[in-house]
Amino acid sequence: MSNQINWEFPQALEDEAIYILRETAAQFERPAILFSGGKDSITIVRLAQKAFYPGKIPFPLLHIDTGHNFPETIEFRDQLVASLGVDLVVRNVQDSINQGKVQEETGKYASRNALQTVTLLDAIEEMKYDACIGGARRDEEKARAKERIFSVRDEFGQWNAKMQRPELFDMLNGKIHIGEGVRVFPISNWTELDVWNYIRREKLDIPSIYFSHEREIIERDGMYWPYSPFLNTTEEEVPFKQKVRFRTVGDMTCTAAVISEADKLEDIISEILEAKISERGARMDDKRSEAAMEKRKQAGYF
Amino acid sequence: MEVLRITTSGSVDDGKSTLIGRLLYDTNSIPQDKLEALHAASKRKGLDFTDLSLLTDGLVAEREQGITIDVAHIYFSTPTRKYIIADTPGHVEYTRNMVTGASNAQVSLILIDARKGIVEQTYRHFFIANLLRIPHLVVCINKMDLVDYDQNRFNEIVTDFQQLLDNAAFKEQVVRFIPISSIYGENLATRSEKINWYKGEALLEYLEQITFDHGDSNHPARFPVQHVIRPKTDAYHDFRGFAGKVASGHFNVGDEVISLPSMQTSRIKTIQQFETQLATANARESVVITLENEIDTSRGNMLAKPGQEPAALKEISAHICWMDQTKLVPGKTYLLQHGINRVKAKVQGIQHVIEVTTNRTIEDKKELGLNDIGKITLKTAHPIFADAYHVNPANGAFILVDEHSNATVAVGFVE
Repeated sequence: MSNQINWEFPQALEDEAIYILRETAAQFERPAILFSGGKDSITIVRLAQKAFYPGKIPFPLLHIDTGHNFPETIEFRDQLVASLGVDLVVRNVQDSINQGKVQEETGKYASRNALQTVTLLDAIEEMKYDACIGGARRDEEKARAKERIFSVRDEFGQWNAKMQRPELFDMLNGKIHIGEGVRVFPISNWTELDVWNYIRREKLDIPSIYFSHEREIIERDGMYWPYSPFLNTTEEEVPFKQKVRFRTVGDMTCTAAVISEADKLEDIISEILEAKISERGARMDDKRSEAAMEKRKQAGYF
Repeated sequence: MEVLRITTSGSVDDGKSTLIGRLLYDTNSIPQDKLEALHAASKRKGLDFTDLSLLTDGLVAEREQGITIDVAHIYFSTPTRKYIIADTPGHVEYTRNMVTGASNAQVSLILIDARKGIVEQTYRHFFIANLLRIPHLVVCINKMDLVDYDQNRFNEIVTDFQQLLDNAAFKEQVVRFIPISSIYGENLATRSEKINWYKGEALLEYLEQITFDHGDSNHPARFPVQHVIRPKTDAYHDFRGFAGKVASGHFNVGDEVISLPSMQTSRIKTIQQFETQLATANARESVVITLENEIDTSRGNMLAKPGQEPAALKEISAHICWMDQTKLVPGKTYLLQHGINRVKAKVQGIQHVIEVTTNRTIEDKKELGLNDIGKITLKTAHPIFADAYHVNPANGAFILVDEHSNATVAVGFVE
């Protein structure tokens, strides 16, 4: 049934997201967009541009740089910021490591993914952001399926699944106490396909790693990992060249590649519909345990 | 492409999660890796079949207890439609989540176990679907396999349900009964051969052809102003645009509008969506409206058409569903949020409480606690421009916020 491709983007989703962004601007004093350089945060930036046009985007972009990003993502980020004239705030996980607030993981699965939560919470406190807008979607993962659009976090950034405010109709309650914060998720109701169809409709630029390119990779646990100085490899793991692309943009240490020749958006969308693996299935960070995401959310992760 | 929002409710063990899992499975919406994880998880639990219900039971506490404790959102699409399911728990203590899930739905899907027939929860689910005036109601009579696909049993339950419909306040609800077996997929994506006495559509077929216009097109035009856009750049030096989402009805360029509460009037000069100029803004569209002349309008105000504007209400009578652990305190002042507009509101009194399982009003009960539904009167510090919920749902609901805890403690429906 769903093998037929529907290229049409459901317009109701854009109307809803723009409404949420306007509420965010109105209800909070210092909102910011959490920007990763991935397709979901690129979509958020576009929605913000449309929501306040012909005015400027009233939010700065906050990027938590793990130091393990794909260089293509950073290059893309800087171009986007320059073209839109928005403010960019970058905070580095390396600084948190240097300050002794977090410790680098060891072993072949070492990643800075969990470490960035500390850097993020410090940045929120330092910049006094009372709302952080993220590109998380409820279809990504089971714990995210229960997330609110305005998700209230305590002073430690923690999510409490049992204390969530009910969200009735389209009414959003962003009232918080001093020290608390809200994570805002305007594209909660979008699926991965909706995001791709939107990028296609809006003709948005995305980082080149989403498209097929030749890259050095290694094979591990039946998945393909980008070879980089950040990846701890064993002697058996010999890098080889392969045409691949990435379905999500995460760190080079926790984002698996898929073998693909798709170099056009249409081909990527077709691939997603036939895909044998879910989007977050290519993320090492979610595979650690069945409740991995829920635990990270409780700790203040996006 | 249209989006159809469905709310599902059912009692514990009536197969709701299995039904949803099955819809995802039959529309090819489950990626291979998730399916394999399901096989593995089912095996660990000692089951000899793939338990599709594990797909939607998201949180650790839920997996431990084997129940759904919050509203979960599930997505699938067919070539014609995108579906959003708000899956809400069936426990008595989670009425609050049921109301939340129902508040955005065009379709309410109620499950009944064919062996048990109508149970207390069915009354509760039906009452909420009716109170919120959800346009479509689909009653799935499930586990038909356990009653040998017996037509008489199905008819008995339909007859029993008819009594609920006869006593309902919102009679325009479109109701459909479908005999199904979610575990075997009978009458879900395709018509069942085992239930050949049923001549109607399978569930998904039926959902595919449901028509709806969000009930907004015949309603009066309402535009709550969310944000005033004033770029103050050289190119847009005098630009003053009102950003918002049309709540109901529609607005055309050239229409005369009245701003509430200032009561000043003007005409619509432009309607725009980003760089595109529109002739009309329809219900639920997010747009920016500019006016011919400058009038007193800011966030929280509303644009309407003169002669069709909502009444200014300071004394409000409303049904409410209480959603907080702390009981409603008569005489206390809460923050009332109507759409995007907030005013202080004092609870004047509790008229009565409704026993939802019998649809009876209890006049002498003057207390509203978590999950209770009742009728109250409120007095607001400033007028709100609301319609009665039964006349225009998109402009007839509000929430109450406790000013100390900041929690959303109730949802209300203006009488």
